Amino acid sequence: MTPASWPCPLPDGDISQEYALAFDGGREHRLLIIPALFDEGNRLRRLTVEVMRRLDASGIDSVVPDLPGCNESLQQLERQNVPGWFEATAAAARHFGATHVLGIRGGCLFTPQGLPTWHYVPAKAASILRQMIRARILASREAGREEVRERLSEMAPTSGIELAGYRLGADFYRHFEPMVPDPAATVIAQEAIGGSGLWLRAEPDEDSSQADALAAVLARGMTS
Amino acid sequence: MSNDTDLLLRRILTDVLGLKPGQAEGFDADTGLFGHLPELDSMAVAGLLTELEDRLDIVIEDDEIDGEMLETFGGLLTFAEAKRAGA
Repeated sequence: MTPASWPCPLPDGDISQEYALAFDGGREHRLLIIPALFDEGNRLRRLTVEVMRRLDASGIDSVVPDLPGCNESLQQLERQNVPGWFEATAAAARHFGATHVLGIRGGCLFTPQGLPTWHYVPAKAASILRQMIRARILASREAGREEVRERLSEMAPTSGIELAGYRLGADFYRHFEPMVPDPAATVIAQEAIGGSGLWLRAEPDEDSSQADALAAVLARGMTS
Repeated sequence: MSNDTDLLLRRILTDVLGLKPGQAEGFDADTGLFGHLPELDSMAVAGLLTELEDRLDIVIEDDEIDGEMLETFGGLLTFAEAKRAGA
């Protein structure tokens, strides 16, 4: 496992060097992983990396890049937009020479076109936002401020919104909110992996049997 | 319906809190939930409520959420049963 960087196109036309975690042995089968978004990304990071370790042991390369504005990225999240993230994932696929793609939860919304693709329990953008807005309302209430969903939902597409510590720009919110995962991808349901989804956990957790099962589905699909 | 809600609620709590199999079977009406478990921040509570909605097929309005319903297992069960009866 090595840290890598890759040239990522930005909405303003510049290129930034973004971070990626890679198992890159220059091998034939190469999986690009688009990670879960926002808070779920933290909870699923461990599972993601554990799956990559298992793929590596099966002779498969894999890479999980940062989207600009996420994880280690120095870009501001609120300046990112939806077409920009699509360009970023397409650029990452080209740079790393991906042969296959895996999207995880909200990451499924941004899997690039043109490669065999799996979606692990894909999430709609509206569901992700609904939960984050609820978290904001609960946190505000604890701090003694009453906020209502309707008002926040009206405000977000015109002036942007901060949800669970993530500052989403107005343009991003408008384009992101109606997004649904591409139905052409092969869906991996939680039932195929066993146990309950680790994104549900209150605290980031790991589960070696889930990592085994997910890696096995991918390895079979990539090498058969 | 009521036994079913009880069972589903224990399963949801097992998934959200990462409990060991069988651990939630020991919960009674007075078992403390939120306020007793410091790791349950607002994002975790929001996740729990979304799971309740999906698996119990109910809709929870934001203004229905209060400390009392989340304080104990019994409080949450009473709330969930009332929602399902009214749905």
